[in-house]
Amino acid sequence: MPSLQDWDNATMLKRIFIGFLAAVACLPALAQFRVDVSGVGLTQFPIAVLAFRGDDSSPQKIGGIVQADLERSGQFRGLDVAGVVLDEASRLDFSAWRQKGADALVAGSISRLADGRYDVRMRLWDVVRGQDLGGQSFAVVAGDLRLVAHRISDFVYEKLTGDKGVFSTRIVYVTKGGQTYNLWVADADGENAQSALKSTEPIISPSWAPNGTQIAYVSFESRKPVIFVHDVASGKRRLVANFKGSNSAPAWSPDGRTLAATLSRDGGSQLYTMDANGGEPRRLAQSSSIDTEPTFTADGKTIYFVSDRGGSPQIYRMALAGGTPERVTFSGTYNISPALSRDGKWMAYISRVSGAFKLHIMDLASGAANAVADTVADENPSFSPNSKLIIYATQQQGRESLMTTTLDGKIKARLAGQSGDIREPDWGPVQK
Amino acid sequence: MKKFILAVAIPVLLAACGSAVKLDNVPVEDKAGSTVPQTSMDSKAAGSGVAQSGVTPVDTAKSNPDVAIQSTARVVYFDYDSFAIRPEFQTLIESHARFVKGDKTKKIAIEGHTDDRGGREYNLALGQKRAEAVRSALGLQGVAESQMEAVSFGKEKPAVQGATEAAMEKNRRAEIAYR
Repeated sequence: MPSLQDWDNATMLKRIFIGFLAAVACLPALAQFRVDVSGVGLTQFPIAVLAFRGDDSSPQKIGGIVQADLERSGQFRGLDVAGVVLDEASRLDFSAWRQKGADALVAGSISRLADGRYDVRMRLWDVVRGQDLGGQSFAVVAGDLRLVAHRISDFVYEKLTGDKGVFSTRIVYVTKGGQTYNLWVADADGENAQSALKSTEPIISPSWAPNGTQIAYVSFESRKPVIFVHDVASGKRRLVANFKGSNSAPAWSPDGRTLAATLSRDGGSQLYTMDANGGEPRRLAQSSSIDTEPTFTADGKTIYFVSDRGGSPQIYRMALAGGTPERVTFSGTYNISPALSRDGKWMAYISRVSGAFKLHIMDLASGAANAVADTVADENPSFSPNSKLIIYATQQQGRESLMTTTLDGKIKARLAGQSGDIREPDWGPVQK
Repeated sequence: MKKFILAVAIPVLLAACGSAVKLDNVPVEDKAGSTVPQTSMDSKAAGSGVAQSGVTPVDTAKSNPDVAIQSTARVVYFDYDSFAIRPEFQTLIESHARFVKGDKTKKIAIEGHTDDRGGREYNLALGQKRAEAVRSALGLQGVAESQMEAVSFGKEKPAVQGATEAAMEKNRRAEIAYR
């Protein structure tokens, strides 16, 4: 199996050159799927993703979705294969595909079954070694075809990189259009958005439960911020924090049993934990400063949060069992919105630099941090479950938008989706 | 002078009474959210036609009209990065304090707001600080804690749109709302 690591230098150089050409050639195809990728990685894996046989008459173009997914990851470069017709049962001419510069090839088919469902089949080949890397088949209703395409992307990604794919995960975000706020659940590419909640008052801070079926968020529908937990599939929701004063910044413990939140019930914005089903909150710490934006580490033992106890907002961490909070950010006078990668290595956050609010990533082992975006109004980062990408809100040309970026900041993609103001993204877990 | 302010303030206060939405009206399903069982992609979804990735929409609408009553008579403005109540708002606070103390059934919410710079959650905490500053000032005038609630909207409900300094001045505020 080819991997991203085992290329020799000569092939690498050739690929860099071809990569620049292909980046230009690919633009129309990208536009079709409204994935606006910027930046050229030097180690992108060239892959041929053919249109699936039957894509023309199917409600979703499986091949196109898979190619766009792989490109957005920053690790793949789709070759121009328009007009080539193959499917999962085809015999490949490997040397011809090697000539075209493909290291791997995906082909498949989609057809309608008698019961109305769709039969989707695919196969992945290692072109360099002339090997069949396996395939998948699905029989699903039309509404799950995008999910199938994303599962195929996950399969390809995992086979070729060894890491779990996150294309079949979901994101949640909020839009504001006129005086209407909507909480949307969408595929990780921003497509297939479905409204989970519509309100005339603001909605902020949505946060996926670790099981991927519920979202906690702050709603102002009762003229004050209160925290709901919302079951996405049924639309049923529970008011879990409606204490006197403001209730905000919900964060799930990794086991999904506990919510941390910021409450002002006892005066000031302070951190509490409570049972995710509601109940009496337990105060985590006592300060005369603002303490907010809690987030759990993957082991559930530590909380990162924002506090202005030192005179300006900075990020701190504190053991849940108790103990003195330890300051994490030292550079600048405004560091907020910590997000932790699930592998425990990285913290994304927003730092104010010369009046601009910029996405930063800190290597937690060394404490070294870098700005990874060139925009100036970044907000609310969230890691993909495989710790490879970050989704965040920003502004481009005066409009709110959602972006994904690789951790090195080299590959960015603007998410497709809603017109109007779009904000508060949170990346959901991998679902079984 | 004080009589005049009260004469102006009270009709506004009364008008504000009708606009508040009581929390008891929030539509809430009191059902524990159990985990939705996962089905495999190849399950017998056949006849049902229901996608497993489906989402059921909820609309809170109708009962929540957005009534943004703009009146200086119930708004306290703040300097940048400040939570101190400027002396010119002392009369306003005394007027409200007198009104609320005079009727123990009255309840007020003090709603803190910020300008649009910075993060949503941190601004929510800053707005809370402003609301609590006004609550303390009312408390010093003898208003009972049980009649007051300090809440924050952060940067979510600007009084004025735009990123000019003039707009931001109007947005750094705490509003006194009768509920």
